[in-house]
Amino acid sequence: MSAAAIWLAVLGCALGCYLLKLAGLSVPGHVLEKPAVRRIADLIPVALLAALIATQVLAGSRDQPALVLDARLVGLGAALVALLLRAPFIVVVFVAALAAALVRAV
Amino acid sequence: MTAEPLEPGRRREIVRDGLAVSVATGAYGISFGAISVASGLDVWQTCALSLLVFTGASQFALVGVIGAGGTAFFAAASGLLLGVRNTLYGLRLAPLLGWTGLRRAAAAHLVIDESTAMSVTRESGAAARTGFLTTGVGVFVLWNAFTLVGAVAGEALGDPRDYGLDAAVGGAFLALLWPRLDSTQHRVTAVLAAALALVLVPLTPAGVPVIAAGVVALGMGLVSREVHP
Repeated sequence: MSAAAIWLAVLGCALGCYLLKLAGLSVPGHVLEKPAVRRIADLIPVALLAALIATQVLAGSRDQPALVLDARLVGLGAALVALLLRAPFIVVVFVAALAAALVRAV
Repeated sequence: MTAEPLEPGRRREIVRDGLAVSVATGAYGISFGAISVASGLDVWQTCALSLLVFTGASQFALVGVIGAGGTAFFAAASGLLLGVRNTLYGLRLAPLLGWTGLRRAAAAHLVIDESTAMSVTRESGAAARTGFLTTGVGVFVLWNAFTLVGAVAGEALGDPRDYGLDAAVGGAFLALLWPRLDSTQHRVTAVLAAALALVLVPLTPAGVPVIAAGVVALGMGLVSREVHP
Protein backbone atom coordinates (compact mmCIF):
# COMPACT_ATOMS: atom_id res chain seq x y z
CA MET A 1 0.00 0.00 0.00
CA SER A 2 1.29 3.50 -0.83
CA ALA A 3 2.20 5.94 1.94
CA ALA A 4 -0.72 8.17 0.93
CA ALA A 5 -3.19 5.29 1.20
CA ILE A 6 -1.85 4.38 4.66
CA TRP A 7 -2.23 8.01 5.78
CA LEU A 8 -5.80 7.96 4.49
CA ALA A 9 -6.55 4.83 6.55
CA VAL A 10 -4.84 6.31 9.65
CA LEU A 11 -6.66 9.66 9.49
CA GLY A 12 -10.02 8.16 8.49
CA CYS A 13 -9.85 5.68 11.34
CA ALA A 14 -8.77 8.45 13.77
CA LEU A 15 -11.69 10.70 12.85
CA GLY A 16 -14.20 7.85 12.99
CA CYS A 17 -12.92 6.47 16.29
CA TYR A 18 -13.04 9.93 17.88
CA LEU A 19 -16.61 10.50 16.69
CA LEU A 20 -17.63 7.08 18.08
CA LYS A 21 -16.19 8.06 21.47
CA LEU A 22 -17.80 11.51 21.40
CA ALA A 23 -21.17 10.05 20.39
CA GLY A 24 -21.22 7.91 23.53
CA LEU A 25 -20.65 10.92 25.76
CA SER A 26 -23.16 13.08 23.86
CA VAL A 27 -26.09 10.92 22.72
CA PRO A 28 -28.92 10.46 25.25
CA GLY A 29 -28.43 7.03 26.83
CA HIS A 30 -31.80 5.51 25.94
CA VAL A 31 -31.16 5.80 22.19
CA LEU A 32 -28.53 3.05 22.25
CA GLU A 33 -29.62 1.21 25.39
CA LYS A 34 -31.65 -1.45 23.55
CA PRO A 35 -30.62 -4.98 24.64
CA ALA A 36 -29.94 -6.22 21.09
CA VAL A 37 -27.74 -3.19 20.34
CA ARG A 38 -25.79 -3.75 23.56
CA ARG A 39 -25.32 -7.46 22.77
CA ILE A 40 -24.12 -6.77 19.24
CA ALA A 41 -21.72 -4.05 20.39
CA ASP A 42 -20.46 -6.44 23.05
CA LEU A 43 -19.95 -9.24 20.50
CA ILE A 44 -18.27 -7.18 17.75
CA PRO A 45 -14.84 -7.09 19.44
CA VAL A 46 -15.05 -10.84 20.13
CA ALA A 47 -15.88 -11.69 16.50
CA LEU A 48 -13.37 -9.29 15.00
CA LEU A 49 -10.50 -10.28 17.27
CA ALA A 50 -11.16 -13.98 16.59
CA ALA A 51 -11.19 -13.32 12.82
CA LEU A 52 -8.02 -11.25 13.11
CA ILE A 53 -6.25 -14.06 14.96
CA ALA A 54 -7.31 -16.61 12.35
CA THR A 55 -6.24 -14.48 9.38
CA GLN A 56 -3.00 -13.20 10.96
CA VAL A 57 -1.85 -16.69 11.82
CA LEU A 58 -3.11 -18.80 8.91
CA ALA A 59 -3.47 -16.59 5.82
CA GLY A 60 -0.73 -16.84 3.19
CA SER A 61 0.96 -14.00 1.35
CA ARG A 62 -0.85 -11.56 -0.93
CA ASP A 63 0.56 -13.41 -3.98
CA GLN A 64 -0.66 -16.75 -2.71
CA PRO A 65 -3.84 -16.16 -0.75
CA ALA A 66 -4.40 -19.66 0.65
CA LEU A 67 -4.13 -20.96 4.19
CA VAL A 68 -0.57 -21.73 5.35
CA LEU A 69 0.71 -23.59 8.39
CA ASP A 70 4.03 -22.11 9.52
CA ALA A 71 5.96 -20.70 12.49
CA ARG A 72 3.16 -18.23 13.23
CA LEU A 73 0.97 -21.10 14.47
CA VAL A 74 3.72 -22.15 16.87
CA GLY A 75 3.85 -18.53 18.06
CA LEU A 76 0.09 -18.55 18.69
CA GLY A 77 0.39 -21.81 20.62
CA ALA A 78 3.11 -20.28 22.79
CA ALA A 79 0.91 -17.22 23.38
CA LEU A 80 -1.94 -19.51 24.47
CA VAL A 81 0.32 -21.26 26.98
CA ALA A 82 1.48 -17.88 28.31
CA LEU A 83 -2.15 -16.76 28.74
CA LEU A 84 -3.04 -19.99 30.56
CA LEU A 85 -0.12 -19.21 32.91
CA ARG A 86 -1.65 -15.74 33.44
CA ALA A 87 1.26 -13.87 31.86
CA PRO A 88 0.77 -10.11 31.27
CA PHE A 89 0.03 -8.79 27.76
CA ILE A 90 3.56 -7.79 26.84
CA VAL A 91 4.96 -11.18 27.90
CA VAL A 92 2.34 -12.97 25.78
CA VAL A 93 3.35 -10.95 22.72
CA PHE A 94 7.06 -11.48 23.38
CA VAL A 95 6.65 -15.24 23.86
CA ALA A 96 4.72 -15.52 20.57
CA ALA A 97 7.48 -13.71 18.70
CA LEU A 98 10.25 -15.68 20.40
CA ALA A 99 8.66 -19.06 19.66
CA ALA A 100 8.18 -18.21 15.97
CA ALA A 101 11.71 -16.82 15.69
CA LEU A 102 13.16 -19.99 17.25
CA VAL A 103 11.21 -22.23 14.87
CA ARG A 104 12.54 -20.23 11.90
CA ALA A 105 16.10 -20.28 13.25
CA VAL A 106 16.34 -24.10 13.38
CA MET B 1 -23.64 10.73 43.62
CA THR B 2 -22.49 13.79 45.53
CA ALA B 3 -20.90 17.09 44.53
CA GLU B 4 -18.55 16.99 47.51
CA PRO B 5 -14.79 16.92 46.84
CA LEU B 6 -12.88 13.71 47.47
CA GLU B 7 -11.22 13.08 50.78
CA PRO B 8 -7.40 13.35 50.16
CA GLY B 9 -6.58 9.76 51.21
CA ARG B 10 -9.24 8.34 48.90
CA ARG B 11 -8.04 10.59 46.10
CA ARG B 12 -4.44 9.35 46.46
CA GLU B 13 -5.71 5.77 46.36
CA ILE B 14 -7.61 6.30 43.09
CA VAL B 15 -4.69 8.17 41.51
CA ARG B 16 -2.30 5.37 42.49
CA ASP B 17 -4.56 2.70 40.96
CA GLY B 18 -4.89 4.75 37.78
CA LEU B 19 -1.15 5.20 37.44
CA ALA B 20 -0.50 1.47 37.98
CA VAL B 21 -2.91 0.63 35.15
CA SER B 22 -1.30 3.35 33.00
CA VAL B 23 2.17 1.87 33.38
CA ALA B 24 1.00 -1.68 32.61
CA THR B 25 -1.02 -0.58 29.58
CA GLY B 26 1.45 2.01 28.32
CA ALA B 27 4.27 -0.55 28.27
CA TYR B 28 2.58 -2.61 25.62
CA GLY B 29 2.75 0.41 23.36
CA ILE B 30 6.23 -1.01 22.65
CA SER B 31 4.71 -4.08 21.03
CA PHE B 32 2.26 -1.94 19.07
CA GLY B 33 5.06 0.30 17.76
CA ALA B 34 7.21 -2.64 16.72
CA ILE B 35 4.33 -4.55 15.10
CA SER B 36 3.14 -1.45 13.25
CA VAL B 37 6.47 -0.78 11.52
CA ALA B 38 6.78 -4.52 10.81
CA SER B 39 3.38 -4.29 9.04
CA GLY B 40 4.67 -1.64 6.64
CA LEU B 41 3.81 1.68 8.34
CA ASP B 42 6.56 4.22 8.99
CA VAL B 43 7.40 5.71 12.40
CA TRP B 44 5.28 8.84 11.75
CA GLN B 45 2.20 6.87 10.73
CA THR B 46 2.65 4.60 13.73
CA CYS B 47 2.89 7.53 16.15
CA ALA B 48 -0.06 9.26 14.47
CA LEU B 49 -2.16 6.15 15.15
CA SER B 50 -1.36 6.19 18.86
CA LEU B 51 -1.88 9.95 19.13
CA LEU B 52 -5.05 10.27 17.07
CA VAL B 53 -6.83 6.91 17.13
CA PHE B 54 -5.78 6.10 20.71
CA THR B 55 -7.66 2.86 21.24
CA GLY B 56 -5.38 -0.16 21.22
CA ALA B 57 -7.46 -2.90 19.60
CA SER B 58 -8.46 -0.61 16.69
CA GLN B 59 -4.82 0.31 16.10
CA PHE B 60 -3.71 -3.34 16.10
CA ALA B 61 -6.56 -4.21 13.71
CA LEU B 62 -5.68 -1.43 11.28
CA VAL B 63 -2.00 -2.38 11.05
CA GLY B 64 -2.93 -6.09 10.92
CA VAL B 65 -5.07 -5.56 7.81
CA ILE B 66 -2.41 -3.36 6.18
CA GLY B 67 0.26 -5.98 6.96
CA ALA B 68 -1.92 -8.65 5.32
CA GLY B 69 -2.13 -6.54 2.15
CA GLY B 70 -5.66 -5.20 2.66
CA THR B 71 -6.88 -1.89 1.25
CA ALA B 72 -7.01 1.40 3.17
CA PHE B 73 -10.79 1.10 3.33
CA PHE B 74 -10.82 -2.33 5.00
CA ALA B 75 -7.98 -1.34 7.33
CA ALA B 76 -9.87 1.74 8.54
CA ALA B 77 -13.18 -0.15 8.69
CA SER B 78 -11.70 -2.90 10.91
CA GLY B 79 -10.38 -0.25 13.27
CA LEU B 80 -13.73 1.54 13.34
CA LEU B 81 -15.74 -1.61 14.09
CA LEU B 82 -13.49 -2.32 17.06
CA GLY B 83 -13.97 1.28 18.18
CA VAL B 84 -17.76 0.85 18.50
CA ARG B 85 -17.43 -0.41 22.06
CA ASN B 86 -16.06 2.99 23.12
CA THR B 87 -19.48 4.46 22.26
CA LEU B 88 -21.07 2.17 24.86
CA TYR B 89 -18.39 3.12 27.38
CA GLY B 90 -19.24 6.78 26.74
CA LEU B 91 -22.92 6.11 27.45
CA ARG B 92 -22.03 4.74 30.87
CA LEU B 93 -19.47 7.48 31.57
CA ALA B 94 -21.56 10.52 30.55
CA PRO B 95 -23.73 10.74 33.70
CA LEU B 96 -20.76 10.03 35.98
CA LEU B 97 -18.46 12.64 34.43
CA GLY B 98 -21.20 15.20 33.87
CA TRP B 99 -19.06 17.25 31.47
CA THR B 100 -20.28 19.41 28.56
CA GLY B 101 -18.80 21.56 25.80
CA LEU B 102 -15.02 21.64 25.32
CA ARG B 103 -14.37 19.56 28.41
CA ARG B 104 -16.56 16.77 27.01
CA ALA B 105 -14.90 17.08 23.57
CA ALA B 106 -11.46 16.67 25.17
CA ALA B 107 -12.57 13.86 27.50
CA ALA B 108 -13.99 11.91 24.54
CA HIS B 109 -10.49 11.21 23.24
CA LEU B 110 -9.63 9.49 26.53
CA VAL B 111 -12.61 7.09 26.47
CA ILE B 112 -10.89 3.67 26.28
CA ASP B 113 -11.12 0.28 28.02
CA GLU B 114 -8.84 1.24 30.90
CA SER B 115 -10.16 4.72 31.73
CA THR B 116 -13.70 3.30 31.70
CA ALA B 117 -12.82 0.35 33.90
CA MET B 118 -11.11 2.63 36.42
CA SER B 119 -14.08 5.01 36.72
CA VAL B 120 -17.47 3.34 36.21
CA THR B 121 -17.18 1.31 39.42
CA ARG B 122 -16.40 4.34 41.63
CA GLU B 123 -18.67 5.44 44.47
CA SER B 124 -19.22 9.08 43.41
CA GLY B 125 -18.94 11.46 40.47
CA ALA B 126 -15.79 13.04 41.94
CA ALA B 127 -14.16 9.60 42.36
CA ALA B 128 -15.16 8.59 38.82
CA ARG B 129 -13.72 11.80 37.36
CA THR B 130 -10.44 11.31 39.23
CA GLY B 131 -10.16 7.69 38.09
CA PHE B 132 -11.05 8.61 34.50
CA LEU B 133 -8.58 11.50 34.20
CA THR B 134 -5.67 9.80 35.96
CA THR B 135 -5.99 6.64 33.91
CA GLY B 136 -6.90 8.36 30.63
CA VAL B 137 -4.07 10.91 30.72
CA GLY B 138 -1.59 8.39 32.18
CA VAL B 139 -2.26 5.79 29.49
CA PHE B 140 -2.23 8.47 26.77
CA VAL B 141 1.22 9.79 27.74
CA LEU B 142 2.84 6.37 28.26
CA TRP B 143 1.12 4.63 25.33
CA ASN B 144 2.44 7.31 22.96
CA ALA B 145 5.93 7.37 24.46
CA PHE B 146 6.26 3.58 24.28
CA THR B 147 4.79 3.47 20.76
CA LEU B 148 7.63 5.73 19.62
CA VAL B 149 10.20 3.53 21.38
CA GLY B 150 8.75 0.38 19.81
CA ALA B 151 8.52 1.92 16.33
CA VAL B 152 12.11 3.19 16.35
CA ALA B 153 13.41 -0.11 17.75
CA GLY B 154 11.32 -2.09 15.24
CA GLU B 155 12.68 -0.06 12.36
CA ALA B 156 16.26 -0.74 13.49
CA LEU B 157 15.70 -4.50 13.69
CA GLY B 158 15.63 -5.31 9.98
CA ASP B 159 13.46 -8.17 8.66
CA PRO B 160 10.61 -8.46 11.20
CA ARG B 161 10.06 -12.13 10.35
CA ASP B 162 13.48 -13.07 11.74
CA TYR B 163 12.27 -11.86 15.13
CA GLY B 164 8.87 -13.52 14.82
CA LEU B 165 7.11 -10.14 14.82
CA ASP B 166 4.49 -11.43 12.34
CA ALA B 167 3.59 -14.10 14.90
CA ALA B 168 3.52 -11.46 17.64
CA VAL B 169 0.47 -9.90 15.95
CA GLY B 170 -1.56 -13.10 16.42
CA GLY B 171 -0.35 -13.29 20.02
CA ALA B 172 -1.41 -9.69 20.64
CA PHE B 173 -4.90 -10.32 19.27
CA LEU B 174 -5.25 -13.48 21.34
CA ALA B 175 -4.25 -11.57 24.48
CA LEU B 176 -6.87 -8.90 23.68
CA LEU B 177 -9.53 -11.55 23.06
CA TRP B 178 -8.71 -13.76 26.06
CA PRO B 179 -10.51 -11.80 28.83
CA ARG B 180 -13.62 -11.57 26.62
CA LEU B 181 -14.03 -15.36 26.32
CA ASP B 182 -15.93 -15.34 29.60
CA SER B 183 -19.27 -16.75 28.42
CA THR B 184 -20.47 -19.54 26.12
CA GLN B 185 -22.02 -16.96 23.82
CA HIS B 186 -18.69 -15.19 23.44
CA ARG B 187 -16.78 -18.42 22.87
CA VAL B 188 -19.24 -19.64 20.21
CA THR B 189 -19.09 -16.23 18.51
CA ALA B 190 -15.28 -16.35 18.47
CA VAL B 191 -15.17 -19.84 16.93
CA LEU B 192 -17.80 -19.04 14.26
CA ALA B 193 -16.11 -15.74 13.38
CA ALA B 194 -12.68 -17.39 13.03
CA ALA B 195 -14.16 -20.21 10.91
CA LEU B 196 -15.99 -17.77 8.60
CA ALA B 197 -12.82 -15.69 8.21
CA LEU B 198 -10.76 -18.75 7.28
CA VAL B 199 -13.31 -19.87 4.67
CA LEU B 200 -13.18 -16.39 3.12
CA VAL B 201 -9.38 -15.99 3.11
CA PRO B 202 -8.74 -17.77 -0.23
CA LEU B 203 -11.87 -16.27 -1.82
CA THR B 204 -11.75 -12.56 -0.97
CA PRO B 205 -9.22 -9.70 -0.81
CA ALA B 206 -7.37 -9.24 2.52
CA GLY B 207 -9.44 -7.35 5.06
CA VAL B 208 -12.80 -8.67 3.86
CA PRO B 209 -12.74 -11.82 6.06
CA VAL B 210 -12.29 -9.66 9.18
CA ILE B 211 -15.14 -7.28 8.36
CA ALA B 212 -17.35 -10.24 7.38
CA ALA B 213 -16.83 -11.65 10.87
CA GLY B 214 -18.83 -8.67 12.10
CA VAL B 215 -21.86 -10.42 10.55
CA VAL B 216 -21.41 -13.22 13.09
CA ALA B 217 -21.60 -10.67 15.92
CA LEU B 218 -24.73 -9.19 14.35
CA GLY B 219 -26.39 -12.61 13.94
CA MET B 220 -25.50 -13.84 17.41
CA GLY B 221 -26.66 -10.58 18.98
CA LEU B 222 -30.02 -10.76 17.22
CA VAL B 223 -30.83 -14.43 17.90
CA SER B 224 -29.50 -14.59 21.45
CA ARG B 225 -31.54 -13.71 24.52
CA GLU B 226 -28.56 -13.84 26.82
CA VAL B 227 -27.97 -10.53 28.58
CA HIS B 228 -24.33 -9.78 29.18
CA PRO B 229 -23.39 -7.03 31.63
